[in-house]
Amino acid sequence: MTDTTRPAAGTTPPPGGSPERSPAKVVKLRHPWRTVFAVVLLVLLALFVIDAAQRTAYDWPAVGKYIFDRRISEAAVFTLLLTVISMVIAIILGVVLAVMRQSQNPVVKSVAWVYLWIFRGTPVYVQLVFWGLIAIIYQSIDLGVPFMEPWVSIPTTAALNAFWIAVIGLSLNEAAYMAEIVRAGLLSVDHGQHEAATALGMSWSKTMRRVVLPQAMRVIIPPTGNEVISMLKTTSLVSAVPFTLELYARSRDISVEIFNPIPLLIVASLWYLAVTSVLMVGQYFLEKRYARGIGARPDTVAGTVPTAAVPAVDVDLDTEADPGSMRHGGDAR
Amino acid sequence: MSDQMTSAEQAPTGADATPMVLAESVSKSFGSNEVLKDISLEVRRGEVLCLVGPSGSGKSTFLRCINHLERVSSGRLSVDGQLVGYRDGGDKIYEMHPKDAAKQRRDIGMVFQRFNLFPHMTALGNVMEAPMQVKGVSKAQAKARAHELLARVGLAERADYYPAHLSGGQQQRVAIARALAMDPKLMLFDEPTSALDPELVGEVLDVMKNLAASGMTMIVVTHEMGFAREVADTLVFMDGGVVVETGDPREVLANPQRERTKAFLSKVL
Repeated sequence: MTDTTRPAAGTTPPPGGSPERSPAKVVKLRHPWRTVFAVVLLVLLALFVIDAAQRTAYDWPAVGKYIFDRRISEAAVFTLLLTVISMVIAIILGVVLAVMRQSQNPVVKSVAWVYLWIFRGTPVYVQLVFWGLIAIIYQSIDLGVPFMEPWVSIPTTAALNAFWIAVIGLSLNEAAYMAEIVRAGLLSVDHGQHEAATALGMSWSKTMRRVVLPQAMRVIIPPTGNEVISMLKTTSLVSAVPFTLELYARSRDISVEIFNPIPLLIVASLWYLAVTSVLMVGQYFLEKRYARGIGARPDTVAGTVPTAAVPAVDVDLDTEADPGSMRHGGDAR
Repeated sequence: MSDQMTSAEQAPTGADATPMVLAESVSKSFGSNEVLKDISLEVRRGEVLCLVGPSGSGKSTFLRCINHLERVSSGRLSVDGQLVGYRDGGDKIYEMHPKDAAKQRRDIGMVFQRFNLFPHMTALGNVMEAPMQVKGVSKAQAKARAHELLARVGLAERADYYPAHLSGGQQQRVAIARALAMDPKLMLFDEPTSALDPELVGEVLDVMKNLAASGMTMIVVTHEMGFAREVADTLVFMDGGVVVETGDPREVLANPQRERTKAFLSKVL
């Protein structure tokens, strides 16, 4: 330690010590290689763009022609609808399943476990094909007493069109994954929170809804955002049902018409990217909403060092937070 | 409170005849580990009882049994004449449905060592939550009462702060206000100052002293012998899951009768 001879701040320098020095200016560490690397990358990118612009296989005029084609934009709406509806159902079902897995009741717990086992254990594509065949397996949806004449009987094809079958297939599969995400969130909440709520006389369901779930949201949201984006792309598999009005199926239809799949792939990708970007903005705001009360202003939290000038920490905090206030913990009683 | 201490022997009148807490041969085991052995004690209305003892002596477990956060293995534990978490059936007692147990807990406030405030709610929100959600009190009413209680614990100005922005002492005072919002007839404190910086202990103890002076029945698990001496009506020393010594705190602390109590006090005083 070379600076041990330096007087500590605030104490008077020893007589005959070094003359008064101005406070040292801080020079930040420079990173010249970052700039170099960025420049190299920019040059490579420019080369790629110039090259791509000249390649006929990309067929840029076709990209321009179809990017705002009515069929494509309608397909994008269907893709978004599939994503949003399936995710909403999946999240609700996922929360239910996660809570079921946490339940004390072994029957409820096992049901949730079996659900997860089946829907996580088989590929979503296979599930979608199965759902597409549901009308062949169960020709009608019957309500009534088993083995008796049903009260109501609706042909399955009339009750469910391809869109809703796709929604069912996607959401039931996704719910299994959401359940695990929600469960991780529930487990991340300190057990003391449970106890505090219980001790206040809150029922188990109230404790979950008002205390545990809101806190679990902070852990649940980032991976859920991931799942939403993943779902957006999984919708391209619903041609297995078959539902063919979504983005990927539609762009494939068009590419068959013009005998060139490449421009339509670019069109579809651009739309997927655009929708993903919008969803990411939504995620940002959700995360902010559920970060309430966490972090921020760590400087005013307990453990501030008391000094002779400030007699009590409580007073210290008050003057720091609202200087106009003369009140402190002691005299309000 | 002071006249209650002097009139401890005097027979209470009317409804006050039922003790606030009555433990009869309460035992509790975790597996083969017996943490409470045949505990019997009585807490009168308005009494402040301090539970002291080394860690692992079962004092916190006993406290948690009182509001049924832990189940007793055998024995009877009643609050205000009602068995906690069980229904009386003569020589057997039957476990209650959790919903009924939750109803009983409304009247028993609890303050934890680690505060356990709800971090996603402001101080005000923390205090308003249970009255609104459990008792169905209107928002305006709950809010007015919460402001009143926060002022009582000296935190009127901190109502809109989230727990993360409060010091440990302030958090614990909010936790006390939160428990008081349910208008409990009994308050349980589980080492309320053990997680605090030494300089913040005083502000929490002050609130507790005022609460005791207002006539609240309190059971306090603590290591603060000064508080016990000053505020408690009864001191109970526990070790190894049994009550070793009970008595007036000034007498027990000054002149412990049992060797085990002496050994413990010689280390903490």
